[in-house]
Amino acid sequence: MLKNSDRIFTNLYGTKDWRLKGAEKRGDWEKTAGFIKKGQEWIINEVIASGLRGRGGAGFPTGRKWTFMPKDDGVTPRYLIINADESEPGTCKDRDILRNEPHKLIEGALLSGFAIGSHTGYIYIRGEFYREAEILETAIAEAYEAKLLGKNAAGSGWDFDLYVHRGAGAYICGEETALLESLEGRKGMPRLKPPFPAVIGLYGCPTIVNNVESIAVVPTILRRGAAWFAGIGTPDNTGTKIFCISGHVNTPCNVEEAMGIPLKELIEKHAGGVRGGWNNLLAVIPGGSSVPLIPKEICDTVLMDFTSLANVKSGLGTAGVIVMDKSTDIIRAIARLSKFYMHESCGQCTPCREGTGWMWRMLMRLAEGKGVSEDIDKLLDVTYEVEGHTICALGDAAAWPIQGLIRHFRPEIERRL
Amino acid sequence: MKKSVTHYETFEFSEKNKKKLTDILTRYPEGRQASAILPLFELAQRQCGGWLPGSAIEKITQMLGLPVIRGYEVATFYTMFNLKPVGKYHLQVCGTTPCMLRGSEDLKAACQKKLSIGLGETTKDGLFTLSEVECIGACVNAPVVQINDDFYEDLTKESFIKLLDDLKEGKKVKAGSVIGRQGSAPEKKGDHAQE
Repeated sequence: MLKNSDRIFTNLYGTKDWRLKGAEKRGDWEKTAGFIKKGQEWIINEVIASGLRGRGGAGFPTGRKWTFMPKDDGVTPRYLIINADESEPGTCKDRDILRNEPHKLIEGALLSGFAIGSHTGYIYIRGEFYREAEILETAIAEAYEAKLLGKNAAGSGWDFDLYVHRGAGAYICGEETALLESLEGRKGMPRLKPPFPAVIGLYGCPTIVNNVESIAVVPTILRRGAAWFAGIGTPDNTGTKIFCISGHVNTPCNVEEAMGIPLKELIEKHAGGVRGGWNNLLAVIPGGSSVPLIPKEICDTVLMDFTSLANVKSGLGTAGVIVMDKSTDIIRAIARLSKFYMHESCGQCTPCREGTGWMWRMLMRLAEGKGVSEDIDKLLDVTYEVEGHTICALGDAAAWPIQGLIRHFRPEIERRL
Repeated sequence: MKKSVTHYETFEFSEKNKKKLTDILTRYPEGRQASAILPLFELAQRQCGGWLPGSAIEKITQMLGLPVIRGYEVATFYTMFNLKPVGKYHLQVCGTTPCMLRGSEDLKAACQKKLSIGLGETTKDGLFTLSEVECIGACVNAPVVQINDDFYEDLTKESFIKLLDDLKEGKKVKAGSVIGRQGSAPEKKGDHAQE
């Protein structure tokens, strides 16, 4: 279990003051200017050495992403975008950072913005998080008031402006290029990559898009040292992580834990165990709705990190752990996710636009026992036709949960035919 | 999802909102004012009592120097823009799997029965509109209903109905967890006793 002294988010539950005064008491905004004076390269190297992998789902090393920015020509603006469009079913970690630890995020924005040579940052927050956006805007106003943002931010000699931009209800805008389209005032339809945003991003300028949690841990990494962060977790999966444990557990909650904690320990120590006991567990979706479920036999021993979960054909994703006990109608539970992807498909690519609806209808047919045995393989085949054939990963995300269902619960589907 | 736009005669930002509008426009670089389309639609929707009339879409789009069709594209793409009037309280029941596992289907059914309306419909007195929405990002406090700007969490059929009664009677209601949980912290249940 993570030691209390290793916790980054000491106000995760909002028991303490989120305002500047309270945040400073918890150590935020300490030595910020000193880090900036050490230079861009120093910050980037610390983040690389910490082993921090992006907390938005894909797990790409944050420091390495920053190195993809082209050389600063001193003319073209460079942007830092913080992705607070948290909408992955099962995930509600960024919400806690936004409402309870906004200053960690704002300080992280300044440090990360400086590291990539950016003077302007936008936080794209999902529209439904209205109260969270209010808190964030108040915290940003406090930071301006205290000269921690704006000209010569925090006395560092670096100018940095930070703005909040609210979305309006579209899951797809959490995809980084759809987010950029949305921020430019269009429908949130993903762009083809390459070019990657680091080269051609917001308004055609070099842009880095990072998740809220990735940015919010940067100040603590710099303060406590890359080695400290790298010493927590497992070698390729370092540091702490906020896990969201929802579904059929006795006490659902968010909790910051070490990467690589056993799933069973996570559920039993923090979420009060599975409803009706561990043996009543049916399956877990370990990383938000986009990753394939894993049945109880795997849950018994699997570790919660990118590598271990990839090895069992699932993923850590956003670490939104959705627990399902034996009372769950597993086909309907996955079908409801398919309905989600159908609703959220932007409609740009045919395989996804048509496929998501088709897969949902087929799953409902199987759930209702109206399917025939060929349907299962036909459905599986369609998931492979959607996967990898779309501009963004929403098509994959719609296909994977169904593939996981068929992989592990085929007998249950067959039973209902 | 297909959405159609409702028109009403003219739209003008109020004096108070005109000030906000200026502030919003300064967040984006010169020549990139199109970026303000979402915040301005939101401002207009708020001013119109929770929905975005066609006249507001056209006015804002033209103000930003964009073709009107662009405004319609954006307004119909994003779920949060209501293109027809909604009730005083817009009940948005999250129906995605984490909420479904903890009883959102019951909430929907109870609410429909209580108010005698279907999904997407408004009560005759104009007080409530019921919608099912996709994951609103409070899964460890499921099931969750968003009413206007606030989340109501850890609901049951009974507590949701009580909430509706209170709103109907004009009582003040408290947002957040209805069982008094502290944010996303685990509910205190003694020693995590197994059920």
